[in-house]
Amino acid sequence: MALSGMRGLSVFISDVRNCQNKDQERLRVDKELGNIRTRFKNEKGLSPYEKKKYVWKMLYIFMLGYDVDFGHMEAVSLISAPKYPEKQVGYIVTSCLLNENHDFLRLAINTVRNDIIGRNETFQCLALTMVGNIGGRDFAESLAPDVQKLLISSSCRPLVRKKAALCLLRLFRKNPDVVNVDGWVDRMAQLLDERDLGVLTSSMSLLVALVSNNHEAYWSCLPKCVKTLERLARNQDIPQEYTYYGIPSPWLQVKTMRALQYFPTIEDPNTRRSLFEVLQRILMGTDVVKNVNKNNASHAVLFEALALVMHLDAEKEMMSQCVALLGKFIAVREPNIRYLGLENMTRMLLVTDVQDIIKRHQAQIITSLKDPDISIRRRALDLLYGMCDITNAKDIVEELLQYLSTAEFAMREELSLKAAILAEKFAPDLSWYVDVILQLIDKAGDFVSDDIWFRVVQFVTNNEDLQPYAAAKAREYLDKPAIHETMVKVSAYLLGEFGHLLARRPGCSPKELFSIIHEKLPTVLSSTIPILLSTYAKILMHTQPPDPELQNQIWGIFNKYESCIDAEIQQRAVEYHALSRKGASLMDILAEMPKFPERQSALIKKAEDTEVDTAEQSAIKLRAQQQMSSALVVTDQRPANGTPSGIQLSLVKVPSMSINEDQNMAEQGLSHENGILSKVDPQTPSADLLGDLLGPLAIEGPPGTDVQSQQNIVSGLENVPNTVEAAAIVPVEEQTNSVQIGIKAEWRAHQGRVVLFLGNKNTSPLVSVHAIILPPSHLKIELSLVPDTIPPRAQVQCPLEVVNLRPSRDVAVLDFSYKFGNNMVNAKLRLPAVLNKFLHPISVSGDEFFPQWRSLSGPPLKLQEVVRGVRPMPLLDMANLFNSFRLMVSPGLDPNPNNLVASTTYYSESTRPMLCLIRIETDPADRTQLRMTVASGDPTLTFELKEFIKEQLVSIPTALRSPMAATPAPPIPQPTSPAAALTDPGAMLAGLL
Amino acid sequence: MGIRFILMVNKQGQTRLAQYYEYLTLEERRALEGEIVRKCLARNEQQCSFVEHRNYKIVYRRYASLFFLVGVDNDENELAILEFIHLLVETMDRHFGNVCELDIMFHLEKAHFMLEEMVMNGCIVETSKSNILSPIQLMDRA
Repeated sequence: MALSGMRGLSVFISDVRNCQNKDQERLRVDKELGNIRTRFKNEKGLSPYEKKKYVWKMLYIFMLGYDVDFGHMEAVSLISAPKYPEKQVGYIVTSCLLNENHDFLRLAINTVRNDIIGRNETFQCLALTMVGNIGGRDFAESLAPDVQKLLISSSCRPLVRKKAALCLLRLFRKNPDVVNVDGWVDRMAQLLDERDLGVLTSSMSLLVALVSNNHEAYWSCLPKCVKTLERLARNQDIPQEYTYYGIPSPWLQVKTMRALQYFPTIEDPNTRRSLFEVLQRILMGTDVVKNVNKNNASHAVLFEALALVMHLDAEKEMMSQCVALLGKFIAVREPNIRYLGLENMTRMLLVTDVQDIIKRHQAQIITSLKDPDISIRRRALDLLYGMCDITNAKDIVEELLQYLSTAEFAMREELSLKAAILAEKFAPDLSWYVDVILQLIDKAGDFVSDDIWFRVVQFVTNNEDLQPYAAAKAREYLDKPAIHETMVKVSAYLLGEFGHLLARRPGCSPKELFSIIHEKLPTVLSSTIPILLSTYAKILMHTQPPDPELQNQIWGIFNKYESCIDAEIQQRAVEYHALSRKGASLMDILAEMPKFPERQSALIKKAEDTEVDTAEQSAIKLRAQQQMSSALVVTDQRPANGTPSGIQLSLVKVPSMSINEDQNMAEQGLSHENGILSKVDPQTPSADLLGDLLGPLAIEGPPGTDVQSQQNIVSGLENVPNTVEAAAIVPVEEQTNSVQIGIKAEWRAHQGRVVLFLGNKNTSPLVSVHAIILPPSHLKIELSLVPDTIPPRAQVQCPLEVVNLRPSRDVAVLDFSYKFGNNMVNAKLRLPAVLNKFLHPISVSGDEFFPQWRSLSGPPLKLQEVVRGVRPMPLLDMANLFNSFRLMVSPGLDPNPNNLVASTTYYSESTRPMLCLIRIETDPADRTQLRMTVASGDPTLTFELKEFIKEQLVSIPTALRSPMAATPAPPIPQPTSPAAALTDPGAMLAGLL
Repeated sequence: MGIRFILMVNKQGQTRLAQYYEYLTLEERRALEGEIVRKCLARNEQQCSFVEHRNYKIVYRRYASLFFLVGVDNDENELAILEFIHLLVETMDRHFGNVCELDIMFHLEKAHFMLEEMVMNGCIVETSKSNILSPIQLMDRA
């Protein structure tokens, strides 16, 4: 009885196959689902054959990716059918459609047990397979003894026993207690004497799981594994059908060697000797052959043998033999072998003695960093990262920097982080370190987290010799035409503190320093302005005797920002203005920042934190685990080894406090120094957390303090629409207050990276967690897997890749649901992937603007509209509002002072980077109306952008933060009790847009 | 846990067989299949057969119009999986005689039976072709 016998099914499959497009397919599928549903409703009239046919159709539809939310009962009920064909379908389809938590499955537990303990061995096989694939805890508790009995039964045939072994493995994973019963260890050892290779293969998998859990208990299995390996690799004592291209079951050989890697050492000299003999034979006897399959199979065995040799920490001679082999592999043409050579060399780094031999291959590894295959490049990067030390750091880091310019988007973040860590860990001298980080910011500023430049500031502050050098470098970068925001920050900070050390050099007088820094002010985000203000104050202080002209200029700036809507900027402006009038006492107040207390690099700390692996312990203690896994669950545990590996820069000894917000630092420093300034952040949250949350690897914070600190971040960063997006915490459910959702986003051209932080605040796990993105058609959004369960007090990160396909104002929605107690909780949250994220401010001169403006004549490329009901605001506020949306206002371009002209570049996949020009004509007599003209090279873009701006001008959602709304009222501090907004989490998140 | 899923996908990206050994919701499957198919199908012959995706690896192999994609844990032996794919294909070849995409489409249940005999709970159970095929032959004769 096969499918060929089920005509209806074949017809359906070919119907689907003949569908011209997805819509047709869906129609056909819906029709079939309707049909099946009707037939199932009327179950009495259904023959077992028909039932079987429909259930297969369901499976087929499910495989195509359609939801099949009914008929599960029918599939399960087939399990109890008396005849084999129906029963088989029941079991197979059930294990595809259902999961272990499904209620129907529990209902079937008795039937399944009857099949397992029954006499029909084909039924036994079916039942064991299904339980092995989807059996849950209930199954473990009620079936484990039966399954164990089958596995060791002498009357049972191998075909049943091999399935029993893997079934037991599943039950063990669901509840280890049911397997670890008295006497089982001996039984397990006996099982390894098995002659049948099928049984032996599955028993070996079972053993791997048991040993990885508790190797001490299974000590007696070790010599048996060595025997098995001898039997296969040396004696080739197996039936012909188990050799694969002449190689005795490569899979069993691999599995056996894997099991051996879970035992820490082999003490018995005889066993050790026999094992090394076999391993030696494999290492020496594996040749490259023409047949691909044979070659792969023998190399599969060889690579596993290499791993085992490394694990056993064999004699030096054998080790160098391994490195020599790997050295050969990383230079071959065959990409698979090259990839594995690099991967295994990275593992080999664990063995202390071989580092020097590996270094001989450095040039070859660097070549692999330029391989056309990203898989190989990733391996090469990991290996270079792992093999880097003080002797080769210069070469390696410089290679990484060079590669950074050509690396793809997906790798840049990892690359920058690794380069920064290496530069910090192994810097031969500090000026080199400063060079590297500045280059890094220059080349990939978007990927350099604040932590990295904070660290530069720390080093420079703490090392006087470095100060003039760093200041001079910062000055050089400022001469470049377009520099990254982060570069502005770090240069401004360094020049504020140490610029006076350059006084005698050309172009470094206070005035010149001021003017080159001040040039950048119009292009920076409002989060950078406070740093610039501090720099101005410092420059002023260092200008002795005072230069009245410079003084007036800077006072003018302070004066201007004293009424700024951003609280941070406003406060600084007011305070610096007042302070700078105090004359000589300014010297004390604005004196150089004190040396930083020694602290651990937040970077290295973060890199360590990511190493915490909650998954099953790996046999190979990968040192290179730093590779960033994209969806990692981090719980409260800390790495056991608190000290960072590798050398810390000794100039700054490492304390426990972590670096963070520069602004806080400055403020705290000031207030502590002299007590004049009254501003001390009353509830400075664990600043550490702040750093963590904003950094590229941002992970967890101790539960309990989350809400507070996160809200703080929101208020602190509300006006940073660029690289690092504010992280929002939305207590989704008021009553349970059980979930926190945070967001971090980075945008670059038409792409974006968003990380969702899903945090469980409870002491019990959140189950049935689902997060789906409902993207509008213009966005391509890839959400990584969201785990079904979030452990207690843990946070899960789910990265999203966003690609903007074409202009639209639609908003993506995150549909998030989970089970709390017995209630399903569901929330829909808007994601901050809105139109203006794909804008990049661009400044345009009159010579460029007017020809463009004229060439885009009339609709649909140029649209004009009179907007009424505009919230009245001064022109300056409107300009700020535009700037905050990345629409860059060009003051003075329009001769009429009541008008405003702005320009920006829009990025999407369908449009090229496209210049957009905006002109606003206001009516000084009536500020509630204005005329808006928007032009771009794409009609949709023009329309969408016009509507977008209109929305912002006309009705600003109440939840919107003050700076964007440009409220004339004084800046509203972030409400600490967002009670009103709680009712609509969507609104909360929308506030961040 | 070894093998997490096995997918057979044609050049157009249509899934012809999907077997998961860890539970994923339908949306997750759809997303996952979309992502990895896009990644793997874009690769050429000169590139290696391993693609790192999220926190696991895809080992893949192409036979005419059909791609076999196997998701495995990061520390799995890649070459062993690569040859396991070939063993699966040879087994199907022995049964269907020069297996093609259509055989798998229209004999989905047989493809499933074979896989069931070869992999269970993400581990390899059986590698002897005659042992794998004997239950199916029994059924065909019945």
